[in-house]
Formats: sequence, structure tokens, C-alpha cells
Amino acid sequence: MRSQNEFSYGGDATVKRPELNKEVSDKDWDNFVYNRKSLRGKHKELWQHISGCRQWIKVERDTATHEIFKTVKAHEDI
Amino acid sequence: MQKYSIFNLIKNAFSGHQKWDLAWKDATPKKEYDVVIIGGGGHGLATAYYLAKEHNITNVAIIEKGWLGGGNMGRNTTIIRSNYMHDDNALFSEFGMDLWRKMSQDLNYNVMFSPRGIINLAHSDAQMNVFARRGNSMRLNGIDAVLLNREEVKEIIPMADFSDNVRFPIFGGLMQPSAGTARHDAVAWGYARQADSMGVDIIQNCEVTGFDVVGGKIQGVRTSRGDIKVKKIGLCVAGSTNILAEKLNMTIPVETHLLQACVTEPVKPVLDSVVTFGAGHFYISQSDKGEMVMGGDLDGYNSYAQRGNLPTLQHVLTEGIAMMPFLSKLKMLRTWGGIMDMSMDGSPIIDKTHIEGLYLNCGWCYGGFKATPASGWTFAHTIAQDRVHKLNEGYSLSRFNTGHLLDEKGLGTKTWIS
Ligand SMILES: Cc1cc2nc3c(=O)[nH]c(=O)nc-3n(C[C@H](O)[C@H](O)[C@H](O)COP(=O)(O)OP(=O)(O)OC[C@H]3O[C@@H](n4cnc5c(N)ncnc54)[C@H](O)[C@@H]3O)c2cc1C
Repeated sequence: MRSQNEFSYGGDATVKRPELNKEVSDKDWDNFVYNRKSLRGKHKELWQHISGCRQWIKVERDTATHEIFKTVKAHEDI
Repeated sequence: MQKYSIFNLIKNAFSGHQKWDLAWKDATPKKEYDVVIIGGGGHGLATAYYLAKEHNITNVAIIEKGWLGGGNMGRNTTIIRSNYMHDDNALFSEFGMDLWRKMSQDLNYNVMFSPRGIINLAHSDAQMNVFARRGNSMRLNGIDAVLLNREEVKEIIPMADFSDNVRFPIFGGLMQPSAGTARHDAVAWGYARQADSMGVDIIQNCEVTGFDVVGGKIQGVRTSRGDIKVKKIGLCVAGSTNILAEKLNMTIPVETHLLQACVTEPVKPVLDSVVTFGAGHFYISQSDKGEMVMGGDLDGYNSYAQRGNLPTLQHVLTEGIAMMPFLSKLKMLRTWGGIMDMSMDGSPIIDKTHIEGLYLNCGWCYGGFKATPASGWTFAHTIAQDRVHKLNEGYSLSRFNTGHLLDEKGLGTKTWIS
């Protein structure tokens, strides 16, 4: 168990940057940059172990109870 | 409605204060309304009041899932100010300051508005320059702003740490003398009582669970106490906006985060203005009861918990003690949290939506208490006239798409660090 203080939040892990070299609509940019579901309940999010090994990880956490269900490396799928 | 006055107070003293009218009725939902306001916080209550008062629309229900004023309205630290740099924010907030000054008379309810001034401390020359710029912008918009040097700040808050041996020495500060505080519950109760007296139904313990949208138009709302037919809905649910947006198939430029506050045991009067630390997030004022009221950073990750975690509180209070060391001697009485609708540019949204009859009021971040009257006033106008008022034109939902952001702090879209 590590202290929460060692970690820094990186936001919703499900938003995807529009692909390069493709036609991207304003709506796509809008969804990537600004629009969020911000779910109550299970939420997939990024965290960095900033005061530790500096790895980015993906975490599935309940936003109402803070229960953590799963953690994987940032490039892996939950 | 019974007027609150010294004469009625004396009259009612003879019957042991047993014969006062109820301040508002506990209404049961009717089958149909002209307008339904979702959320019985400050903004919902004020909206209903101005719909009735300014637009003569009284067949209105406020639907509240808990009790009136039990959300952020009852959890905030009551700071009221208009010290903004951007025109849209400045003019909207200053319009609100005017409503605050008249509120107790207007509502016939003492909201204890106390224009005691706010001081934002600066801890470097660069910060003093930024404050000078903001102060000048404020004055150009007719808002009072005074740039204080170190000695002038020391005169107002001698209990702060003015020694040289500190990490963040106080260089000076920007003061808005007309800013202040008010009694948050009284604001909710005052608006509720007046709205009720003009015919608005205040329905508590009733949760909105869904919407009837046919052909892109609002037809009704579903609640835990039955379906209601209505053509116009005003959404004023602050930290629950994302939840209801999902039921409308909308994703919005808002995230939900938690903000904590705390108070110490009451002590004798020591601080007669609101003060913010300039090298981090910490602010403080003293309540009329004598408690030191303090707050600061968000908890730092999406949260609907309505209660906070210790690391943030510890961090915030460390800043407080750095600024005013005497605080370390006081006992903490209570801490609590509220869930905030953090918008992606830090400014609110008061607008129509792509669904006909659905009006959106959200994105208040941690500054929506001061906006209560102006938000209610402009939102009522937007709903009644089906078009935005000049004062809330800048608070459009489409500004994120068109790039007309109102980013007062220039922090970008990481809402949890703003
Ligand atoms: C700790 C803290 C400190 C703050 N300090 C300040 C400050 O100093 N100055 C300032 O200006 N602002 C401050 N704020 C922000 C301010 O409190 C909010 O921006 C403002 O209260 C939001 O508007 P409201 O009053 O309408 O929200 P709320 O009071 O939260 O009202 C929303 C209501 O909607 C109801 N609701 C939600 N979902 C449903 C549903 N499905 N059906 C029916 N009802 C529903 C909720 O129960 C709630 O009562 C602070 C907030 C917090 C938490």
C-alpha cells in the first residue's frame, strides 16, 4: 500500500486524441479537449507515481466510494 | 405572506412565537407545470423567484432530491466578490454585487450581507504586477480595486506572518473593499419564502430520474414521485450536472470534483476581511460566530463522495499556518465537502441547449455562491424569453467549440488543479 501523496492525477483515461493525418471535425476536437462524462461509479483514469517510480498507470476507481478495482500499466487496457 | 418586521416580531412575542406562518409549504407535485426547475440550491431557488417576480411565470415547480439548500448552497464558505479581469465575468458579477446589496430588503429576509472586503495576497514583484493589471481592468469596468503595499496589508491583517524569514513573504495585495460574505442558508430560505409566496411549488425529497424528449423537444420529466408534464426545464443541479446530462445523452465540458472546507472553534474577533494566500490555494474569513472559516484546493480527482480526504486538508492548512501562524493553536471543529461542477475554462454556462425547452445552468466551480442572484436573474430571463440576456451571452455552451473561452486564470482544461 502506497500513500496517496505519492501519486498525481492525470484525468479520464478513456479520451482518445483524434488520429493524425485524418480529417478531424470540430466536434471530434471538442470531445477530446473539453467534453467529459465524469461518471458516478466506476471510472477509468490515469495516475502518475510522481514521487516514486514516475510510471503512468491506469486505474479503475469508484468516484463515489473511492474503491479501487483494478490497476494496469498506462498502455494496457483495463 | 407575513412580513418580517420589528412590529410583527413584538406582536408574535405575545403568542410565544407559536403563530408565525410557515416560511414555505411542503408541496406535492402536480401533473403539469409551465416550468420545472431541477435543483433546490441557491441557483434553482433564485431562478424560480425571478421567473415569478420579473416574468410573471408562477406555475413553476422546484424539484429537489434532498432538502432545500442541502447541496453546495449549505456547504460553501460564502465569499462574495467581483474581482474579475475579463469583461464577461466582471460585468456579470458586478451586476450580482448590486443585487446582493439590495437583497435583504428585496427578500424581506436578513441575509447578513457583510461587505468586509477581500484581500488577495501577493508574494513576489511579478505577482504585484499581475494584480496591478487585474485591478486596473476591474476599475475600467467600474469595480472597486485597491493595490495595497506591504505596510498597508500589515495594517489590516497584523496577525499574518510579516517576518522576512518565510518562504513566501507578503509583498502586498489586491483588495476589493466592496466584496464580502453573507449567510448562505438565509439566502436559500429568503428566496424560497418569496418564491413560495408567489405560487412556486417547492418539492423536496423528489429525485429527477429521467426526461421525456420527443422530436428534440422537452415534453416532461420523470421523478421518484411520478411523471410531470412540462415544456421548459431549467437544470440547476451543480455537482450532479454530469449525471443528468448522461440521461439526456449529452456530454458537457464539465467534470465533477470535490472541494473541502473547515472551521475552527469560535474565537474573539480577530479578522475582519476575507484573505487569500497568493502562493497556493488557501483562503480564510471569520464567521459572525467567531469561527475561522477556511478552504483551499480541490481533492484532486473526480469525486462524488461529498466528503473529503485528509491529504488535501493537511496541505491546505499547512499553507494557512504559513500565512497566519496563530491558526496552529486553534482546534478544528468541523470539516466537510461538496461536489463541484468544474467547467473546462473555469467559467459557468447559462444557456439554451440543442434540445428545445432544456436550459442549462452549471459549471460554477467553487465560485457559484456569489453568483446566486445574478445567475437566477439571467437564467430566469433565458428561460422566460427563450433567449440569453446580454449579461450571460459570454456563458454559452458553444464557446468551447468556437474557441471563445473565458479562462480567467489561464489554467487550461485540467480542472482538478484549477
Ligand atoms: C466547500 C465549498 C466552498 C465554497 N465556497 C464558495 C465561496 O466562498 N464563494 C462562492 O461564491 N462559492 C463557493 N462555493 C461554490 C458554491 O457553493 C456553488 O457553486 C453553488 O452553491 C452551486 O449552486 P447551487 O447553490 O444551486 O448548488 P446546490 O446547492 O448544490 O444545488 C443543486 C441541488 O440539486 C439537487 N439535485 C441534484 N441532482 C438532482 C436530481 N436528480 N433531482 C433533483 N434534485 C437534484 C441537489 O440535491 C442540490 O440540492 C463553495 C463550494 C464548496 C463545496
